[in-house]
Amino acid sequence: MRVGVFICHCGSNIAGTIDVARVAAEMRKVPGVAFATNYMYTCSEPGQDEIKAAIKREKLNRIVVAACSPRMHELTFRRTIEKAGLNRYFLEMANIREHISWIGLDKEANTNKAIDAVKMAVAKVMNNKPLFSSSFKVNKRVLVIGGGVAGMQAALDCADGGLEVVLVEKSPSVGGMMARLDKTFPTIDCSICILGPKMVDVAQHDKIKLHAYSEIDEIKGYVGNYQIKIKKKATYVDWTKCTGCGLCMEKCPSKNSYDHFNFGVAPTKAINIPFPQAIPKKAKIDPQYCRQFVKGKCGVCAKICPTGAINYEMQDEIVTEDVGAIVVASGYGLLDIDKLPEYGGGRYPDVITGIQYERLLNASGPTEGHILRPSDKTEPKTIVFVSCAGSRDKSVGVPYCSNFCCMYIAKQAILTKDHIPDSQSYVFYMDIRSPGKGYDEFTRRAQEDYGAKYIRGRVSRIYPKGNKMVVQGADTLLGAQVEVEADLVVLANAVTAAPGAAALAEKLHISYDTFGFYVESHPKLRPVETNTSGVYLAGAAQGPKDIPASVGQGSAAAAKVLALFSKDMLESDPAIARVNESNCVGCLKCKMTCPFGAVVEKELRGGKIVASVIETVCAGCGVCTSTCPCGAIQLSHFTDNQLLAEVNAICQI
Amino acid sequence: MADREYAYYAGCSLEGTAVEYDMSMRQVFKALGVTLREPEDWSCCGSTPAHTVDHVLAAALAARNLSIIEKMGTDTVTVPCPSCLSAFKRAHLGMKGDESFRHAVNELLDEPYNGGVSPKSTLQIMYEDIGLEAIAKKVTHALPDLVVAPYYGCILNRPPAIAQFDDPENPISMDRILEAIGVKVSNFAFKVECCGAAFGVPKREMVNRLTARVLNMALDSGANCIAVACPLCQQNLDLRQSQVNSTMGTNFNIPILYFSQIVGLTYGLSPRELGLDKLIVSADVLVATRITVEELARKKAALEAEEKAQKARKKEDKTTTEET
Repeated sequence: MRVGVFICHCGSNIAGTIDVARVAAEMRKVPGVAFATNYMYTCSEPGQDEIKAAIKREKLNRIVVAACSPRMHELTFRRTIEKAGLNRYFLEMANIREHISWIGLDKEANTNKAIDAVKMAVAKVMNNKPLFSSSFKVNKRVLVIGGGVAGMQAALDCADGGLEVVLVEKSPSVGGMMARLDKTFPTIDCSICILGPKMVDVAQHDKIKLHAYSEIDEIKGYVGNYQIKIKKKATYVDWTKCTGCGLCMEKCPSKNSYDHFNFGVAPTKAINIPFPQAIPKKAKIDPQYCRQFVKGKCGVCAKICPTGAINYEMQDEIVTEDVGAIVVASGYGLLDIDKLPEYGGGRYPDVITGIQYERLLNASGPTEGHILRPSDKTEPKTIVFVSCAGSRDKSVGVPYCSNFCCMYIAKQAILTKDHIPDSQSYVFYMDIRSPGKGYDEFTRRAQEDYGAKYIRGRVSRIYPKGNKMVVQGADTLLGAQVEVEADLVVLANAVTAAPGAAALAEKLHISYDTFGFYVESHPKLRPVETNTSGVYLAGAAQGPKDIPASVGQGSAAAAKVLALFSKDMLESDPAIARVNESNCVGCLKCKMTCPFGAVVEKELRGGKIVASVIETVCAGCGVCTSTCPCGAIQLSHFTDNQLLAEVNAICQI
Repeated sequence: MADREYAYYAGCSLEGTAVEYDMSMRQVFKALGVTLREPEDWSCCGSTPAHTVDHVLAAALAARNLSIIEKMGTDTVTVPCPSCLSAFKRAHLGMKGDESFRHAVNELLDEPYNGGVSPKSTLQIMYEDIGLEAIAKKVTHALPDLVVAPYYGCILNRPPAIAQFDDPENPISMDRILEAIGVKVSNFAFKVECCGAAFGVPKREMVNRLTARVLNMALDSGANCIAVACPLCQQNLDLRQSQVNSTMGTNFNIPILYFSQIVGLTYGLSPRELGLDKLIVSADVLVATRITVEELARKKAALEAEEKAQKARKKEDKTTTEET
C-alpha cells in the first residue's frame, strides 16, 4: 500500500494558521505513507496535475487530500485520481480548513489537530475498497411546486424543452402574487396583462398538467425516480362541469367570505372565482362560510348552476404522479401586521398593507381601481407609505431587507398621483434600495416628477385623530420629529417565508434557514440547486426577490432540469448500505428505522429471511448500520472497519 | 376568595406628591381583602438619578429593598410606582440572569439578594391575581357621567423584556379594570405616549408641549378625565396643567385621577379617604355625579319606561293621523 498525502495551503486560508510543512513532514513518518507534500492551491489545475504526476512517479495507490470541506472539492479530486487510473473511492479528504484553520487562531494547536485529522484520513484510505456506481433510468417528468411567476416560468421552459411537467398550485388559480399586482416597476406595465398570456400558456400547453387547489402530501424516492402524492383539496364544484360562468357567485347569499385573493380588502361570496383572469377559471366553495355547510341548508348555487357542477359531498382526493426532478417555487408570505402594534397592529381600518393597496389600485379589484379608504370609502388626499414595516427589524424577527418594497412603494406613489392628481404622498424610508436596472431612476421619478415627499427616518407611531391617521416619525436628515396627518397609511410589511414552508422542506429533504427560506447549494455558484440532488429552487421561496429575478431563477431551474434529463441513465452513488446475508438474522430492525423505505424483506433459498437494500432508494444515511445488532448491514465507504481504523489512528500516541 | 397578602413597597413619591395614590391603593386593596405588608427600613429604589450614573449601584439600591422583602418570607412585592417597579425588575432580572452582575451587586450589600422576590405593579396584581370578576363584585356605586382616558405612561409596560406584563404598545389591563367597575373608557390613542417625565425640571417647555398633546388627545377621544398609574404622569398632567394653559394658550380643565381612586369611588369610599382633595385640578364635579348602583338601575328602568311610553304615544299618534 502506497499512500500519497497532499496538504493544501488554500493561500493563507489554511497555511495562515496551520504549519502545513510540518503536517507533511509528520505524515512522511506514518507507516504506509509513501509520499507527502504541501501545495499552494491543490484544487488548481497545476495542483491536480501534481497529484496525477505523483501517482505515476511514486506508484501511489491511495490518495489523501487535506484541504477544504469534501462538500467543496471531493468530486474534483475523485475525478483527478480517476484520470490517473485509480478507483475514485481510493480518495479521502481531511477537512483542515472549515474544521481547523478557520476556527482556531493558535497555530501550534491547529497544527497538532491537523496532524491527527490527516492521520485519520490515511488510516481510513488504507481500508477503502474500490466501489463502482451502477446506472439507473431517469423518469423525465418534472414536478413544479407553486404556480406563481417563477413556477410558471420553470414549467413553461421545461415544457418547451420537451419535458412533461406536473404543476401543483395551492390556491384555486395560478398567477401567485404577481396576479394581484396592479402595475409593475420600473416600466409601469400592467401586471396581469403581461402575466395573463403566460397563465394561458400554462393552461393550454400539451406538456403541462396543472393541479390547482392542490398541495403536496408526500414525496418518496430519489433523483430520477420520485413518487409524489398530491392532495387535491375539495372544491365542492366538479371542475370538469364548471364553465366559470359565475352565476353561482352572483346568487350566493353568503357575502362575508374572506377574500384571500384580495387580502381581505372586501369580502367575497362563499362560492367564488378568485379573479376574472383566473386559470383555471373555476368556482370553489369555502365551507367555513357556506350556509349549506354552516347551517345545513341553502343549496342556492346547486339550484342555479346550469351544468349541475355543485357537489356538496366532495372529499379531498389523493393523486399520485411519478417524476424525476422537482422545482420548488412555493413563494413567500407577508408579516402579519399584528406584530406591529405601534402602527396599530391591524386595529385601524385606514392603515393597510402594500398588497392591499395594490388591490385598491387595480381595476379588477374590489373598488374597481378607485382608491377609497376602507373606513368611509372616501378618496384619500394625503397618503403615507412606510417602506420598512418590520423589515430590517430584529425585534420582530426580520433582520433582513425585504428586497422589493422600496421599488413598489415608489411605484405606488407614482400611481397614486395618476389616480388622484391633487393627492400628496409621503414615503418614510430607512434607505432607498434600488440597485436594479432602471430602478434608481424610477425612485427619482417618483420624487421629482410625481412629487412624492421622501422622509428619511422611521415611523414611531400611527394613531387616529378625528378621521385622520397621524403618522409620527423622525426625519433623520433634518434631525427633527415629524408628524403627518394622513387619510390613508400603507405599510410595506416585511416579506416572510410562505406559511408551511418548513413543512414542505421536510417533505423534500431540503434545508431552510432560520426564517424559513430554502437554502441553495452554494450562495454564489449553485444558486438554484439544493443539497438534495434533483430538487431545484426558483423565486422568493429561496429569499425575497422581485419579478425579474424570480423569472430568471425559474428559467435557470428549468435549465438545470433539462441538463439533468439530457442523460437517459443516471449514475447511482455506490456509498450505500449493503447486507451481509450470512450474518443477517432477519430481525428487520433496519427496515423499521430506514427513513427512506430502502430496506425490504427477502427470502433466501431454504426459507431464511434477510434484509435487502434497494440500491437506488438508499440515501447512504447509515441509520440502519447503527441499528443492526450483528453488524450485518454495512454502509459502503463508511464500514465499521473503516471508521474504527480512524478511531485507532487518533488514539495511538 | 381567600385573603391575599403581598409585600408593598410604596416608594418616595407615594409619601409625598402622590400620597393620594398610596391612600387610595391601600383602601382598594383593603376592600378586596388584600393585606399589604410594608418592609421595614426601606430605602430608595435606585431609579433615575442612580441608573443614569451606574447600573450596579442602581441595582444595589433596589436589591437592598428586595433582600429585606426576601427576608420577610413573601415571594411577591407589589409596587404602585412604575419607576420603582422598573428599577426593581431591572435589578431582579439582571441579577437572576447574569451571575457576574449578581456578584457585583451583592458585593455592595450587607445582605445578599438571592432572587426570591418577583416585583409586580399594583395594576398587575389587580388584573392577574385578583381578577376582574372579584374587582367587579365589590362595586356599590356608579359614575355614569364619567368617560375615562386610560393613560399608562411610558414605562409601566416597557421595555417588554423587563416589564413582562400587558402589551407594550396597546396595553389593556387598566381599560379592563375600569370597564369591570362599570366606568366608560374612551378609545385613547396615547395610552403609552411620553408625558415628559422628569424633564419638568431641566426642560419645562418640552414637558408642557408633550403634556398638552396627551391632554388634547384625551379630550379628542371624548374623555372628561384621565386615569393614571404613575406619580410622575399624574404630576405632569395635573400639577402642570395650569402651566400648560399659560404657556400653550390652552384652556384645559381635566381631572387626573389615579385608577385606584376611581375604583375606590365605585366601592363607595369617601372622596376624603381616597385623597381626592389632593388633586390640583378638582374632580369634585365628576365625583358629585356618583350614585349608588341601585339608583342607577332605577334611573335606567325609569328611562326605559319613558322611552316605551314615548314609542307607544308615537304609535298612537300615527294611527290617529292615519285614521284622520
